[in-house]
Amino acid sequence: MAVSSPTTDLAPARAARHRGRLPDRVFHGLSAGAGWLILVVLAAVAIFLFLRAWPALSASAEDLDAISWMNGASIATYVGPLIFGTLLSAILALVIAVPLSLGIALFISHYAPRKLAQGLGYVIDLLAAIPSVVYGLWGALWLAPVLDPVFGWLSGTLGFIPLFEGYTAPARNVMAASVVLAVMILPIISAVAREVFLQTPRLHEEAALALGATRWEVVRMAVLPFGRSGLISASMLGLGRALGETMAVLMILSPGYAVSFFLLQPGQHQSIAANIAAKFPESSGLSVSVLIATGLALFVITLLVNLAARAIIARRAEFSGAN
Amino acid sequence: MSKRIDVDHLNVFYSDFLAVEDVSMTIEAKSVTALIGPSGCGKSTFLRTLNRMHEVIPGARVEGSVVVDGQNLYASEVDPVEVRRQVGMVFQRPNPFPTMSIAENVLAGVKLNNSRISKSDAEELVEGSLRGANLWNEVKDRLDRPGSSLSGGQQQRLCIARAIAVKPQVVLMDEPCSALDPISTLAIEDLIAELKNDYTIVIVTHNMQQAARVSDRTAFFNIAGTGQPGRLIEMDDTATMFSSPSEKATEDYISGRFG
Repeated sequence: MAVSSPTTDLAPARAARHRGRLPDRVFHGLSAGAGWLILVVLAAVAIFLFLRAWPALSASAEDLDAISWMNGASIATYVGPLIFGTLLSAILALVIAVPLSLGIALFISHYAPRKLAQGLGYVIDLLAAIPSVVYGLWGALWLAPVLDPVFGWLSGTLGFIPLFEGYTAPARNVMAASVVLAVMILPIISAVAREVFLQTPRLHEEAALALGATRWEVVRMAVLPFGRSGLISASMLGLGRALGETMAVLMILSPGYAVSFFLLQPGQHQSIAANIAAKFPESSGLSVSVLIATGLALFVITLLVNLAARAIIARRAEFSGAN
Repeated sequence: MSKRIDVDHLNVFYSDFLAVEDVSMTIEAKSVTALIGPSGCGKSTFLRTLNRMHEVIPGARVEGSVVVDGQNLYASEVDPVEVRRQVGMVFQRPNPFPTMSIAENVLAGVKLNNSRISKSDAEELVEGSLRGANLWNEVKDRLDRPGSSLSGGQQQRLCIARAIAVKPQVVLMDEPCSALDPISTLAIEDLIAELKNDYTIVIVTHNMQQAARVSDRTAFFNIAGTGQPGRLIEMDDTATMFSSPSEKATEDYISGRFG
């Protein structure tokens, strides 16, 4: 930096340089354009959802009564159980998938021999490439019968806890759907977590090692604190996918519209996305608006989930190692 | 607390590559021993064999023995994790744990050794270690702030406090001042002079004036050429090494003719 030269000399020269570099300007335009595009798309989706949902939101009770599958509910009482079912299935999936992904990611990044780690990484990525309708088929035709005795046992031994009360075969309940959802979000969470863990500064791992840390203690002292915000982001990505997952839930879950925590009973829950997919083909006019209103609810939930994730990450940014 | 180290016919390998060949030396207790030599001569590699940090690199291994207090660190029954709890290490770049506060950083090693420590003991230990590292007065009002909020020199002294909090027998320092400004370097050098009353210190440095200032004994490592193993050329009292070394290569190096 030419600190000693007078700034009056430098300013025009710098300005000319900025104007002069064409590739610089092109790249600036492209990246700024891409940045704005994402905002425009987001706004377009939000506006579309709101405008198309408005007829349902402002409809009279009589008009809504005419829609057979609403069973006389208002918009709020119709969406409520759907939101509950969506959140329940997604959070259950997260509860199953996050510990597993954490284990997988740590194994690949810090425990497995290099060859095995690479192979395992590919296999995990392959899981992400399976279409969700295939997961649905697998869940409905293969996993449900396999889970049947497990759920039967769970209900038999832990049935005194309301969560596991009253299992009825076949296993087309929210628990089965969540297990499939968990398998579906496993690849994205473990892939992101693995990348984050691999980026743990060597310096911090060596600091822990030199203090006499065992491998697990290195993970606890250096790797996990460093990867914490990454792991949260990864989980939120997974949660986002689980919230919006349609086909797998549609094919496995026997739907119901209750707000209940009976995880092993069929006909209790339904997710928003699966509900839209199930109802849309036979809908027209106002009933489409009702479905779009539920879609708006899903959109808002996802937005809130992401905001919450940001807030969690920002809260301890000072200690994150990013500075 | 401090112990003398006897290194006997030590060969250090990265897979098949012999990085350091046939080093034998005695490192006296409660003294500062400086390892000097040109880049790539294996002095850092050698240093990392003294607390078995060398072997965390895949394929790295060692032949020969390093005896601390009558115990060969490379005997088959010795757990490297135990060795590293007895032999502390300070690295080239300050590396406090960024997710921990200053106090937590100091206690990090102690928590590994003994997870249950009473609050008053912990506070005492934090103060004692930070005083030992000449950092207490600068940080006593912000012990709960992140370690990364300190300046580079303070971070390095925090790392020294963390290393001495576990009361090691030996403290190894791998170019501890190379990332620091002259003022911070001076603070660390003063600290080294105090620490040698309690600890055996081995320091790798590129800075020959630093070796002359802080050390009692100096070991000169050299390398015959690229791909050749590093060797210990000569080791003597620092005063002798810098005034009348017995080897020509040592004299050439310290007088600035190469390296």
